[in-house]
Amino acid sequence: MTAPNHNWRQFKDVLMRVITFACAILVVTPLVLVFYHLLKEGFTSINWAFFTQLPKPVGEIGGGMANAIAGTFILLGEAALIGVPIGVLGGVYLSEYGGSKLNWWIRFAADILNGVPSITWGIVVYGLLVAPHLPGFSALAGGVVLGLMMIPLVMRTTEEVLQLVPAGYREASLALGIAKWRTIVQIVIRTALKGIVTGVLLALARVAGETAPLMFTAFGNLGWARKLTEPIAALPLQIFEYAKSPYDDWRRQAWAGALVLLLLVLAINIGVRFLTRDRFKAKI
Amino acid sequence: MADNQNNSAALTVKNLSVYFGKNEAVKNVSLDIAARAVTAIIGPSGCGKSTFLRAINRMHELNPDARMEGEIKLFGDDIYSKNVQPVVVRRRVGMVFQKSNPFPTMSINENVTVGLRLNGIRDKKILSERTEQSLRMAALWDEVKDRLSAPAISLSGGQQQRLCIARALAVQPEVLLMDEPASALDPLATSKIEDLILTLKKDYTIVIVTHNMQQAARASDFTAFFYMGELVEFGPTTKIFTSPANKRTEDYVTGRFG
Amino acid sequence: MSRTKSAFLPLFVLLIFRREKKFDCMATTKMTTATGQFGDRAFKWLTLAMAFAVFVLIALIGYELASGSHLAMQKFGWRFLISSDWDPVNDIYGALPVIFGTVVSSLIALIIAVPISVATAVYLTELAPLWLRQPLIMFIELLAAIPSVILGFWGLSVMVPWLHAHLFPAMRGTLGFLPLFKGPDYGPCILAAGMILAIMIVPIITSVSREILRSVPGLQREAAYALGATRWEVTRIAVLSYAKKGIFGAVILGLGRALGETMAVTLVIGNIAQIVPSLFSPGATLASTIANEFTEATGDLYYSALFELGLVLLGVTLVVNIFAQLLLKTFAGPSVKPQN
Repeated sequence: MTAPNHNWRQFKDVLMRVITFACAILVVTPLVLVFYHLLKEGFTSINWAFFTQLPKPVGEIGGGMANAIAGTFILLGEAALIGVPIGVLGGVYLSEYGGSKLNWWIRFAADILNGVPSITWGIVVYGLLVAPHLPGFSALAGGVVLGLMMIPLVMRTTEEVLQLVPAGYREASLALGIAKWRTIVQIVIRTALKGIVTGVLLALARVAGETAPLMFTAFGNLGWARKLTEPIAALPLQIFEYAKSPYDDWRRQAWAGALVLLLLVLAINIGVRFLTRDRFKAKI
Repeated sequence: MADNQNNSAALTVKNLSVYFGKNEAVKNVSLDIAARAVTAIIGPSGCGKSTFLRAINRMHELNPDARMEGEIKLFGDDIYSKNVQPVVVRRRVGMVFQKSNPFPTMSINENVTVGLRLNGIRDKKILSERTEQSLRMAALWDEVKDRLSAPAISLSGGQQQRLCIARALAVQPEVLLMDEPASALDPLATSKIEDLILTLKKDYTIVIVTHNMQQAARASDFTAFFYMGELVEFGPTTKIFTSPANKRTEDYVTGRFG
Repeated sequence: MSRTKSAFLPLFVLLIFRREKKFDCMATTKMTTATGQFGDRAFKWLTLAMAFAVFVLIALIGYELASGSHLAMQKFGWRFLISSDWDPVNDIYGALPVIFGTVVSSLIALIIAVPISVATAVYLTELAPLWLRQPLIMFIELLAAIPSVILGFWGLSVMVPWLHAHLFPAMRGTLGFLPLFKGPDYGPCILAAGMILAIMIVPIITSVSREILRSVPGLQREAAYALGATRWEVTRIAVLSYAKKGIFGAVILGLGRALGETMAVTLVIGNIAQIVPSLFSPGATLASTIANEFTEATGDLYYSALFELGLVLLGVTLVVNIFAQLLLKTFAGPSVKPQN
């Protein structure tokens, strides 16, 4: 360890710190920029009408995205109805039952499904429900596609949080002569409930911003959908429509819509952090 | 409940062997466990004492590789008979664990009654009676009676362990298994648990696994010494500790190994 | 179909709950009371059925795409993959230009994102001061949460005009001797798509790499420190060399994400299916072509060709994702299931 060598090594150490730090800053920059532009362009465009009115026809100024906002929530509700029970119960199986071989395959399949491009889900549900007119472009088909996408997400997070429940609680319950399924439902799931809810919320936040799968299923609607069998508007769809349009007023609305959607998604993501922080406190 | 039975034995264990995969954890053990008395099981770690204990309420079956041979009778009923479910065995044979594990999402009160509630008892009167009765038996009632709906995890370590005992007592088992119940507690809390064991033996058959020789000597009537999965010696506690028949037992109780 | 099934699910769960309550099992100590067994079995089968949904979904996806693309497969056969004509007007479809666009845009994304992500992951696990780690991690997770359509819209309205006005002319000036950076640009182009993709896959590569780096045993680090290594040397010798395979897995996972990414790409790539050397020219990807043309498609063959694009996309992402999963799983070791 001679002195000059040492100096060079120290310099390299500092240099690498600077370079990696610069990369970290570079990674965060787009987030800051997206936020900045959304706030700058979006805030001025958000007004009461944006939340209460329907889109105006081409050429007319004003209007809003009331139907798209409502549509997004309706689609998320449907998605939760499908994705939560199947995902949570499947996650319970992965965590509490099953041989390691079968579970390896289930986990593998779920991870593969999580990597299936969202546009693929769109054409699959198009082929399944829309093309055979069961019932065609509709709120129903839109809810189904988002729900199916949630299944593997919820399944994996549920499994993970259930595994965090110490085995001692299961043993204590079983030793009281409580049946295994009751132990799972009343002790294990109850102990991990916050974590499961967190996983569900994150999955909802993820599908809330999905656009591609909705284009061929929910389709979009400039008015209100009166039935679940009719096409329905959704925020991401409306943003996409307006984003590619040449009209300034529509692009202004797209900024506003994007800001609302992003706030919705980030609110869930940040809210969940508080939930989980609390969870770990309760655990120990 | 068992008074008309042959009064001495609560549990009759015959030729019990327990395997985990290829590994034989308990080897051909036979012994009778006396009713309304405390039987201590001692031995160095890994000697199969915990496995033996868990075989008595079929908890070892939670390990999918576990397999057993032999016979265990609980007041004359074969607990491994084909048409007997582990759930029913476990209601008759309660268990307290090394690490106290009250359910963290439940209050003190809910913890005590959980075994009843999840087995279908909804009658509020019965539940509150059992709560008081069990907490009194576990010598916890006076400390918690004013805050029954407080979270169970707000209790101290020793209190939590007594709560777990109350929880096990609430389903009115005939036998209570204790797996090193005081090993994680301070001396004061430990002596409370030991006092409790001496009171409980008036009504219950107690089997306790311990690595604490003094505890076995103080609290038990009978002692079984396990070594490498085998039952080396079994007899009245005074005899095991004063004039053991086996050299290894003597070495162990005098602290020469283990 | 699956919708009605799940609508009845809560009902079914309720049913087994009800059924269970009728037994008053504490009243008797008889050994043979049939308690819990029905519930146990029903619950196990119920959860197993739900877990099996993943296999059903994979089968469903495969079946729908295969049957949807049947017509195009019959008409074009393997030529579909190598023909470079994507000509809806004359009902002739070849996927090569969009495969080209997909591969090129994803490669650009990897070239940009991999060094930045790995460096960031190293910074976060090894070099950054502790107080800075958590906020940075949170920012990166939030970046991952931005919906694709919003990023695309931002890219189209902010990033692309800026690239057009500043970065692209500068690149043309310095690197213009390469055919890659020759020719005019109109804004939306393959390079812009690659950049927006890079932004989108940075969070996943970073966070998976971070997990990998964190799983490097502390002993490895200590051994290197004991030799008098500096922090960076420890990272390079002990950590990075150990984690190479896992980081590769993270990169492949990012590639899988990039290949299938749709909305942001659709908005900034220009959507012209062509094979040209210049990265400044518009292109199209498998996903963006489906997104753009599906709802406007006329005629069964056109639909079928788009379905086949979906099938190709699925095939490619499946292979890439399986590869990534296997890399990551073997790195992390077989997941151990705790007792019971």
